[in-house]
Amino acid sequence: MPIIKTSEDRALRLGTGAFAVFVVLLVAGIGVVLTQQSVLSIRKFGLAFWTRSTWNPVSGEFGALPFIWGTLYSSLIALLIAAPIALGIAIFINEISPLKLRQPLSYLTELLAAIPSIVYGLWGIFVLVPIVRKLELLAPEWLKKVPLFTGPPLGVGMLSAGVILAVMVVPLTSSVAREILRGVPMTQREAALALGATRWEAIRIALGYGRTGIIGAVMLGLGRALGETMAVTMVIGNNPQVSTSLFAPQYTMAAVIANEFTEAADELYLHALIEIGLVLFLITIVVNALSRILTRRVVRA
Amino acid sequence: MRKFKSNLIVALCGASVLLALVPLAMILFYVISRGFSALNWAFFTQTPKPVGEAGGGMGNAIVGTLILIVIAGVIAIPVGVLSGVHLAEFKGTRFSSMVRFAADVLNGVPSIVIGIFAYAIIVLPLKRFSAIAGGFALAIIVIPVVARTTEELLRLVPGGLKEAALALGATRAKAMFSVILPAALPGILTGILVALARVAGETAPLLFTAFNNRFFSTNVTQPIGSLTVQVFTYALSPYDDWIRQAWAGALVLVTMILILSIIARVATRRLERMARG
Amino acid sequence: MKKTVITFAVLAFLACGKSETPVTATNATSSSSSALTINGAGATFPNPIYSKWFSDYGKLHPHVGINYQPIGSGGGIRQLTAKTVFFGATDGPMSDEQLKAAPGPIVHLPTVLGGVVPIYNVPGITAPLHFTGETLANIYLGTIKKWNDPGIAKGNPGVKLPDSDIAVVHRSDGSGTTYIFVDFLSKVSPAFKTRVGVATSVSWPVGVGAKGNEGVSGLVKQTPGAIGYVELIYASHNNIPFGAVQNKSGKFVTASLDSVTAAAANAAIPDDFRVSITNADGDAAYPIASFTWILLYENNDDHARAQAMVELMKWALTAGQKQIGELGYAPLPQAVVDKEMAALGRIH
Repeated sequence: MPIIKTSEDRALRLGTGAFAVFVVLLVAGIGVVLTQQSVLSIRKFGLAFWTRSTWNPVSGEFGALPFIWGTLYSSLIALLIAAPIALGIAIFINEISPLKLRQPLSYLTELLAAIPSIVYGLWGIFVLVPIVRKLELLAPEWLKKVPLFTGPPLGVGMLSAGVILAVMVVPLTSSVAREILRGVPMTQREAALALGATRWEAIRIALGYGRTGIIGAVMLGLGRALGETMAVTMVIGNNPQVSTSLFAPQYTMAAVIANEFTEAADELYLHALIEIGLVLFLITIVVNALSRILTRRVVRA
Repeated sequence: MRKFKSNLIVALCGASVLLALVPLAMILFYVISRGFSALNWAFFTQTPKPVGEAGGGMGNAIVGTLILIVIAGVIAIPVGVLSGVHLAEFKGTRFSSMVRFAADVLNGVPSIVIGIFAYAIIVLPLKRFSAIAGGFALAIIVIPVVARTTEELLRLVPGGLKEAALALGATRAKAMFSVILPAALPGILTGILVALARVAGETAPLLFTAFNNRFFSTNVTQPIGSLTVQVFTYALSPYDDWIRQAWAGALVLVTMILILSIIARVATRRLERMARG
Repeated sequence: MKKTVITFAVLAFLACGKSETPVTATNATSSSSSALTINGAGATFPNPIYSKWFSDYGKLHPHVGINYQPIGSGGGIRQLTAKTVFFGATDGPMSDEQLKAAPGPIVHLPTVLGGVVPIYNVPGITAPLHFTGETLANIYLGTIKKWNDPGIAKGNPGVKLPDSDIAVVHRSDGSGTTYIFVDFLSKVSPAFKTRVGVATSVSWPVGVGAKGNEGVSGLVKQTPGAIGYVELIYASHNNIPFGAVQNKSGKFVTASLDSVTAAAANAAIPDDFRVSITNADGDAAYPIASFTWILLYENNDDHARAQAMVELMKWALTAGQKQIGELGYAPLPQAVVDKEMAALGRIH
């Protein structure tokens, strides 16, 4: 369709295109550079890197399993807490709340997204962790036999990390979910209400209509949680172990990079850390691409 | 029964709003109450004191954060806006859908990974941590946001405006830069300001790019302090005075981000009013 | 008309964005607090004294600004090798392989002496606990799990130890404090040496990782039943009880300036200054003591900065040694200072 009329228009296309290429080059560049800088570790450990749980800089044995585990586990906890809350917020603001309240409420939830990660972390160590520790101390002996709650009550650990991630993920997920709900035609709900449906039943129809998009919104939250660094580093306890306990200090991929990147004394160690970065990069690409596809389809529909 | 279930769920939705506002209220409460008591003139004008000595401030870090934002803006604004123009103007091409996808991907890349990238391509060759490396890392975070915002807003400009310009004999380039872009400008500016404000709160990509600096430094080829990295360092220190300053730093950071966001909104409204005449 | 206004606004916005770069560049020499900034990074253990030194030295010599960032000993070695900093600092000497991997010969310059202490939080215990090296090794290997274990009880007759779990706390980041601690444990426990080994970051069989000396002291303070290890000053600063450790002569010694100094008294200092003084001889010697080093290249492209560093080091070895006691470090033996002054001549 676009017909290039004049040389000036060609200049527009090429000129702006040159900048746009830069965006593509950046993504490709990150992939290439990260691969290049982790080649020692990729060659030495191969796929075993992802299934081994030793992380021993002394002997030069590196396995990333504890970090992958910690990243997935903390993100899962965050989603379990955040997804229903985010959805509840989206429904409340879009469908239930009086018109006057909508704007201020959405401002307030967006404010949560504007608070920097480091401030969450600061609040995490000095406010959240002591609260979590008190709760952990309350755990009765029989409960501490359940694999989810074993270990000493430290405060720092998986539970604190999951909670702080949940708080950080809520605003993003709820704002995308609201976008999706807004995309559902009003007539759908009105028809249901006219047929005598309750408010919830009407909302449920809207939810069903936007289901794929809402899954996409939750995945977008997942993408955010996977890569979150500072706040998690400050409260998770930084211990590379694979544990099911919410009380146990664990580690995430992003956190180990933040903690050890400037300190990795030899090449192999550094390459192992960058390989973790590379995989984090690939995982977030897949998660984000999926969520974009899911949300776009609905918004367009 | 159906009615009851409906009401219950409505109540649960309301409860989740309250639940989300609890951490917000708590964070703001602690940041303001703890931060405010540690704020004084020295905090804004002095550099950090040696370990364990009370007093000193984060003046160098505040300046550092501002410099980093400016560098990020200088790199990201042209790239972001012009990419956005390309995306809006040549939207059907395979190239533009590739760019759009790349921008979305880039937007989701964890900032710590961007830090590694900036370390590898700027810090290592220059053999020095520097403000430029930090600003570049931040720019990579801002670019996709600006590009996509620009695209979205250009698309919202009524098509009639463009057709009118073309009908009057303007080239596409002229139509874009003198009619369409100016019409979308208020929104784009808001987008840029909000993106820059958000990026001022980033810590992870600065840890091994901009690094940190105890002194006032405006030299962009040297390491530079930033509010976020300074807050991180102080938060993990054993000294009460530093921990108080960490809260003060957090307060300044949050205030800065809020003010920038508010300026962005006010400016948009004013520009819009002007545009309407 | 409105178009012009808006375009002007953008131009103004872009312009103020752009114009600031040249302004900052010209300001670099005038507004920067010092003409000669020297970047260094490394150990956190000597950070209190280094930041005091560099600040005091900056007052005496306003043209020199030392920007030292405590990122950990491993980091100091790494960044020096990558030449992203001008000098490094470490609590564990560089290994032969690390020296070989560096792009040029590196000099180790001892600056002060420090001690690492075992800190604990055992409710009801007030008297300082006594630890043998082997007990500590077994706690960190996970073979001693309870506070009333016979291994601990033997060294503490008369102390009523609780039947509670030990929560082991160690460093999560690469750390010279870790190096000194595991260096000692590896000397006294063959099992520890084979299972864990000596480095700035090791793979711990048990325990919780905390970042920095502060992270460890914070966690121990807040966790009943915990044990950890930190640099002496962090224990005294935070009022956390720390134990006495049995030295090579069989005496239980508490860390102090005197006992740390005593550990270095009989050490034979090699020409490259890379020496471990853990588990040192002498009745009064504290066994978990160490030098801490500043690392410099012998041959530098930037002679002005190299010269400034040499001057700084001379000051640190003389006037600087006088004010370190209050921060919990022990001064270097005179013999080491003399030898080092000569070594400084190699740096240019």
